[in-house]
Amino acid sequence: MKLTLKVWRQKSKDHSGSFENHTVEAHDHMSFLEMMDVLNERLVSEKKEPIAFAHDCREGICGTCNMVINGKPHGPLGGTTVCQLHMREFNDGDVIAIEPWRAKAFPVIKDLVVDRSSFDRIIQAGGYISVNTGQAQDANAIPIEKDTAAQAMDAATCIGCGACVAACPNASAMLFTSAKVNHLALLPQGQVESPRRVRAMVKQMDEEGFGACSNTGACEVECPKEISIENIAAMNRMYVSAVIGSQDEV
Amino acid sequence: MKWIINFLTSSLGQKLIMSLTGLFLITFLLVHLIGNLQLLANDGGESFNVYAKFMTSNPLIKFTSYGLYSFILLHIVQGFVVAWNNRQSKGSRYAVAAKNTNWAASNMAILGTLILVFLLIHLYQFWFKMKLGWIAPVTIDGVEMSNLYATVSEAYRNIGFVIFYVISMIVVGLHLSHGFQSAFQSLGLNHKKYTPIIKGVGTAYSILIPLGFAIIPIWMYFVR
Repeated sequence: MKLTLKVWRQKSKDHSGSFENHTVEAHDHMSFLEMMDVLNERLVSEKKEPIAFAHDCREGICGTCNMVINGKPHGPLGGTTVCQLHMREFNDGDVIAIEPWRAKAFPVIKDLVVDRSSFDRIIQAGGYISVNTGQAQDANAIPIEKDTAAQAMDAATCIGCGACVAACPNASAMLFTSAKVNHLALLPQGQVESPRRVRAMVKQMDEEGFGACSNTGACEVECPKEISIENIAAMNRMYVSAVIGSQDEV
Repeated sequence: MKWIINFLTSSLGQKLIMSLTGLFLITFLLVHLIGNLQLLANDGGESFNVYAKFMTSNPLIKFTSYGLYSFILLHIVQGFVVAWNNRQSKGSRYAVAAKNTNWAASNMAILGTLILVFLLIHLYQFWFKMKLGWIAPVTIDGVEMSNLYATVSEAYRNIGFVIFYVISMIVVGLHLSHGFQSAFQSLGLNHKKYTPIIKGVGTAYSILIPLGFAIIPIWMYFVR
């Protein structure tokens, strides 16, 4: 199939970007990233600058391959990352617009690569357990109800790709933050620190310049791991009770 | 006291303000509609005028009305602040717009601004004139009161106003269609058991309440 790509090119954070058109010959069985590889190889052979895009595992679990394809983070196929998207989802002659995540807190490093270290700082603020939880068999010694374990696992499937922020018209990071807050708060090892954790992570999220949630639900539609906004509601509850119930005066 | 400020200015605290003031305004709409349906009574406006007199003189209602004014103001100001900050957070938009949310949900600020314009005109037309005593009096059962009914029916003899009110109610309906269920989500109330009920009630509410309001000018123009 012959495709026309409108790709966002941007030299660096300080340069302003624009779209560049390329045509590429793709095969049905190629993944989207392989199609990009083919284009880049051609650009290299033509002594042109290849398109910068981030990728790592190429099996849908690392959250690195982030691009907005025709306005949708991770492309038109639901519940997958870009690397798991295949060209059979497109038709011969299609025009495909490829853009980076757009959010103030995710500045573009180059072309389609954005700096997501703001997510790392949210995790650093509280997305951990500070006591020794022992070895694997110690976790098995604590009985956890199946439903709770499943709920925690659903939240824990977040790969931190940032599609929620990219999809949100407010660039809000609440789906990400709430998934992390909830996954730890649901399990006994993480429960102890959860009031402190939720306050610290929300504070960091606000400081990073992410927007406020207006419950549009776009995040859960685009999330490659299909994480529910029920997590955001749970974080809202937890935050209010943590603020009101805490001993410190700030 | 610093914790209260930190709490209410956090992104989650700001949502909470929008949610609580919004729920208050949602409740107000129902009360306002029930009272206003008296405009449809076939008694020359007597029951409506008596009701209007009661609403402006009862001390408990007066006290509540100050709460209403401040909540409307808070909802507007906080709404503008949130919308502005969110715009800053997003920075730029995508070249291709994807369909991943409903239109009302992503245009609450525009809908809210339209409602504000409606509100100012609406308040000027009736509330402001009543407060300043610009409305001709009428005597019912020996008590003198403003003939607000006459002012309302005068306004609704103008087809332009009828259309303006009906369109405004569609805007209110759209704002409610997202706002109602969104208020509960912000309060942290989202559960497989009751969220479908909240969404169902919200949809019904956002259709029935504006419809009830829209019927009044239509009825008064065509039937009266």
